[in-house]
Amino acid sequence: MPQPLKDARHLVRMAGLFLVAGVGFLVLRSALIPAGFGELGHYRSGALDDNARVEPRFAGRGACAECHDLAPEELAGGAHAAIGCEACHGPLAGHAADPDTEVPPALDTRSLCATCHAAEPAKPGWFPQVVAAEHAGDDACDECHVPHQPGV
Amino acid sequence: MSVDRRELIRTGGKLLVLTTVAARAVEHVMAGTVDAIQRELEAEHWWAMAIDIDKCIGCGGCVRACKTENDVPLEPFYFRTWVERYRVPAVDEEHPHVDSPNGGYDGFPAASQADSEAKSFFVPKLCNHCAHSPCVQVCPVGATFESPDGVVLVDKTYCLGCRYCVQACPYGCRFIDPRTHTVDKCTLCYHRISRGLTTACCEVCPTGARALGDLKDPDDPIHEFLRTNMVHVLKPQMATGAKVYYADLDGSVR
Repeated sequence: MPQPLKDARHLVRMAGLFLVAGVGFLVLRSALIPAGFGELGHYRSGALDDNARVEPRFAGRGACAECHDLAPEELAGGAHAAIGCEACHGPLAGHAADPDTEVPPALDTRSLCATCHAAEPAKPGWFPQVVAAEHAGDDACDECHVPHQPGV
Repeated sequence: MSVDRRELIRTGGKLLVLTTVAARAVEHVMAGTVDAIQRELEAEHWWAMAIDIDKCIGCGGCVRACKTENDVPLEPFYFRTWVERYRVPAVDEEHPHVDSPNGGYDGFPAASQADSEAKSFFVPKLCNHCAHSPCVQVCPVGATFESPDGVVLVDKTYCLGCRYCVQACPYGCRFIDPRTHTVDKCTLCYHRISRGLTTACCEVCPTGARALGDLKDPDDPIHEFLRTNMVHVLKPQMATGAKVYYADLDGSVR
């Protein structure tokens, strides 16, 4: 009777080597690849939380409205009604968290208003623009205009 | 060759065990290649941004807010968002004059009288959060990726700082953070939008020229924006699946 696996010992040895290499590869691989990698895609799923964990510095207009009730009298219907508070008043998450110690800085309308309203040909035609020096000289804008309810 | 029953069962059994082990091993090795499309279908949001060129006044509020919110280095060559001013000679659409002093951080100096003859407008730019992002495709280690809700993010603990993605981005939206030597880019304020806030740039935009949108929310105003405007994305010929949609974008914008 023929014996096909008569001289198979060298094959067994080679298979053993392959097995050891394979196991070694898998062990090394699981040690080197961070936890969560491949869970959601070709990346570490924990990176989503890392990106989401940053603390905001702009509180958002919803946070302002919790204490400040400007909408009914001052902002309603005005040209500035749709603008977020922090567009002019600056990032105030600290103030929203602790209103007593973090006080918003005072604003100088002379420079602040020009940030948007300085004349520039690239601005869209519908947007009100002035050359401040010709329009008001050295006067501050809020001597004539009310920033929360601007009119002419 | 004749095989008796005992031998058949023995060999068959071995093969069965080995196949199972091999299958488990292959499963383990291929674990990184899950079906991303399925994750995207299951996600709650699909974020995008709408930019209305006819509303941008180039005040630079978005640039300042972005740098503050995201702790972007203040040097004038690191930006997650920036504003460009285009001045296009009426008869030469192919050669617009583009400037972006400090990315628009300090606003724009008034144009000279000669330039005011040209057609001019502002173009706010940021990461386009491409659905088929070139930067994600070239990352050798999986440190940059498209989140299931459509935001291109960076895993800063895993980034090598090899700069492939910086070169791959057709929109120039990436830079190497000089403090960490890893790549940095717009995260669409992922920390804000996952808390229910809008992005810092949209929060402070005084004219509503830019608005965050959730394409999966049928009530989101972005749908009306996309339906009622002539909308364009940047470099559509590159098929990046860009999700920053511009209304009234001039053909000269690159």
